[in-house]
Amino acid sequence: MNTGEFDDVMAEFITESRENLDDLDNALVTLEQQPDPGVIAKIFRAVHTIKGTSGFLGLRTLESVTHIGENLLSKMRDGDLPVTQANTTALLGMADAVRQILDIVETTGAEGDETYGPLIEELSRLNAGEATPARRGRAKQQADASVTTLKPRRVTVTLPARRAAGTDAVPDDPPRMGEQLIDRGLITEVELDEVLLRQREGDPRHVGEILVEKESVKPSDVVDVLKTQAEERPQTNESIRVDVGLLDDLMNLVGELVLARNQILQYNGSVFDPSFSATSQRLNLITSELQEGVMKTRMQPIDNVWNKFPRIVRDLSLSCGKTARLEMEGRQTEVDKTLLEAIKDPLTHLIRNAIDHGLEMPEVRMATGKPAEGTVRLSAYHEGGQVIIEIADDGAGIDANVIRRKAVQKGLLTAEEAAARPDRDIVNVIFQPGFSTAEKVSNISGRGVGMDVVKTNIEAIGGTVDVQTVVGRGTTFKVKIPLTLAIIPALIVRAGGERYAIPQVSLIELLRLDGESAVTGIESVQGAPVHRLRGKLLPLVFLNDVFGTPPTKSDDAVNIVVVQSDDTQFGLVVDDISDTAEIVVKPLGRLLKGAAGFSGATIMGDGRVALILDLLGVSQLAGVSNSSAARAQAEANASRNHDLAAERESILIVGIGDRRFALPLAHVTRLEELPVAGVRQGGDHRVVHYRDQILPLVSLADRLDIDARPEDEQNLQVLVCGSGERCVGLIVDSVFDIVDERLEYSDRTETYGVMGTTVIGGEVTDVLDIRAFVAHDILVAAEAAA
Amino acid sequence: MSTALTPTPTHAPSSSGSAGSRSTVNLCTFHLHEFTIGIDVTMVQEVLNRQDATRIPLVSDVVQGLINLRGEIVTTIDLRRRLGLPPRESDALSMNVVIRTPDGPVALTVDQIGDVIDADESLFEFPPPTLSGPHREFITGVFKLDDSLLLLLDLDHVLDPTTIKNRSEAPA
Repeated sequence: MNTGEFDDVMAEFITESRENLDDLDNALVTLEQQPDPGVIAKIFRAVHTIKGTSGFLGLRTLESVTHIGENLLSKMRDGDLPVTQANTTALLGMADAVRQILDIVETTGAEGDETYGPLIEELSRLNAGEATPARRGRAKQQADASVTTLKPRRVTVTLPARRAAGTDAVPDDPPRMGEQLIDRGLITEVELDEVLLRQREGDPRHVGEILVEKESVKPSDVVDVLKTQAEERPQTNESIRVDVGLLDDLMNLVGELVLARNQILQYNGSVFDPSFSATSQRLNLITSELQEGVMKTRMQPIDNVWNKFPRIVRDLSLSCGKTARLEMEGRQTEVDKTLLEAIKDPLTHLIRNAIDHGLEMPEVRMATGKPAEGTVRLSAYHEGGQVIIEIADDGAGIDANVIRRKAVQKGLLTAEEAAARPDRDIVNVIFQPGFSTAEKVSNISGRGVGMDVVKTNIEAIGGTVDVQTVVGRGTTFKVKIPLTLAIIPALIVRAGGERYAIPQVSLIELLRLDGESAVTGIESVQGAPVHRLRGKLLPLVFLNDVFGTPPTKSDDAVNIVVVQSDDTQFGLVVDDISDTAEIVVKPLGRLLKGAAGFSGATIMGDGRVALILDLLGVSQLAGVSNSSAARAQAEANASRNHDLAAERESILIVGIGDRRFALPLAHVTRLEELPVAGVRQGGDHRVVHYRDQILPLVSLADRLDIDARPEDEQNLQVLVCGSGERCVGLIVDSVFDIVDERLEYSDRTETYGVMGTTVIGGEVTDVLDIRAFVAHDILVAAEAAA
Repeated sequence: MSTALTPTPTHAPSSSGSAGSRSTVNLCTFHLHEFTIGIDVTMVQEVLNRQDATRIPLVSDVVQGLINLRGEIVTTIDLRRRLGLPPRESDALSMNVVIRTPDGPVALTVDQIGDVIDADESLFEFPPPTLSGPHREFITGVFKLDDSLLLLLDLDHVLDPTTIKNRSEAPA
């Protein structure tokens, strides 16, 4: 074998062993909770594989560490030793040592000088427990130490003999018949050795057949094992290992293809050639599917990060003197590999916090009528193009008053500010730098760094984190992250003759002030422009002013893009709002590293470059992202109205014919103006091409039997409900307003589609029964998203 | 920067005088203001006609903008501005020389592209002390050609981002 091949074998061994070790950790933790011979056998095989290969590769330290661990495991498997916490702790220690050795081997190519003496001693000591399973004195154990050096040898002699048939040549193979029967305690190793001998002497039959003939096992047991083997086998040959770099290259190429596709689609709009148009439509579809497919190859189940957690929870709860159970739901939820890496540390921190701060000591839990064992629940699912991860504990919850006191103590808030903020809101202070609630600093958490870092890290990848807590019941952290980073949906705006892309995750809403409101809608507070948006002051940033570019406007209307950056919400005033698009994010070159206000660039459908706005940078340039004191003040002001607003909801007021209708804004995903020219008759209803989807349209005027009086003959005012493939567009004549009110109405009406009548803003308004027009599942999805 | 983009001068002056070696350097030349300037041809990826660049607000006016080079986003540097020369009267004839750098291509906008020539290393000389003006620091040396003087551009220095100040960070 030449050096190259050897390196390959070594690299593969390291990768494989690391994966095995992660499984091992979990299996050991499971074992502790629920001793199961099957699990021990699984652990045994994993350790045995590492030991065997390390001997072959000449990794002596690794071999000796795993060897002694394997001995202990075989005794546990055979029932000679019980499964105790001491045993599993030592075995977990062995797993850690193996990891450490692998790390050293990977970086230096050799094992290093550490011999793991204490660990081997500990494992040997536990091994010696065999003679007298009952608890013994420490002196006696030490006296027995000499026995341990003898005992393990018996095992090492028998094992290679039993595996000589080549069982573990391929480590991923499901365990063989003989092994499984031994694992199940149906035959002894001696019996198996006899059978293997007969095979070697020329008996062509399978192990199972020979054993059945000898009446050592029942045929049903053999069938059972065969079934298990069949279940375990397919995983091994249906996947291949691929270099991540290759996938990254592939993703880049697909990005290029998406751009080329966009350019062709744009060109297609300007020529009339049916065959070209058909071909480009096909190209469009194929590209979308390819993009999706390649994105999928980068997707990994979140379990790849989560599988570290059972061990962490176990170790932590032990060292805190608590008992905790980890429940995981949605382990197969897939996330882009890069993002998965990025959320690893924040999630680990949240888990640590849940155990260290969240859960109470067992006695305290018992006293409050909870089970002594605390529960930490992890769940992950996809929702609205994002991945949602929840970390919930059933611990003490976060006491708002403790937070207030701490915040004042640490000088993060004044006493008045703290008192003014409602309970639900004050919890967010934990995300501020320099805040820690741990009564005493432990080595796990509570050093005043942490939650702010968690928040920063998650926001760095375009995600958000929220916290909800109920005192005495527990705390839930909700982390939302995008599915992928390479290709993102964005809003394209114009300012100073150039186009800019605003990532859709930061968008809140779009406002257009025209006519008189273009003048009166913009007021000034001490020289700073603001707009009154539903009773709150929205600071305005004129993009042209920030960039020093001349305005290029076609009309007098003011276009405001309401965005959220960090904690600040502001209105970005642009010359024009043009479209939404899927953009491929490309980095700015080295020469532009210092350019403030931009996070990257992209190539538009016409082949020109457009810059992607970094809203945090823009807000800093504009001075909107003000000092935290001013922000806290603004929040305090806002929260005074909060309790009043609690009962209210956002109500959308629309016009159909000469009547006004109200409906909860929560039901509507988006308000759109779509050109009449784009509407087609599809089956028995009208449809329009919208965001790469076919959007069925429902005319509310027709359904309510009202004569439509659209203000604008060219464009339809459409309320889009739902998202993705499940969406529907409701056509109205005009969109009047959005108000925050408590929707109270008299339900005297019998009219179809109308729930009742109310007065909003001094005008009689009918309350629309949206359930009459939109399927229930769409509404539920829309409400959840809102 | 680890990789030198201007390879010639390290060996040219010392060897040319005494040893009299007849080795030549392959230079891509172009015109800028009243000068003829050369760069090592191996550093040049390609030459493009004038491109409509996307302007970048708040950065130095040395940076002309961003262009799309077959899906790659390339920063263009106006070489006149970079060398502190008077602005071009018309951009109509200007061209982009795309330079390979370890961090991806960068385009230099020049007045007009010239020939690729083989310059004898013995003709190389460090810049004369009389050469002054803001562009002095960007010139590694001079090739004394028969009919003209060819200035060798110090690409490392031209493309050093630390010496290009953005407008947003400059006035403190």
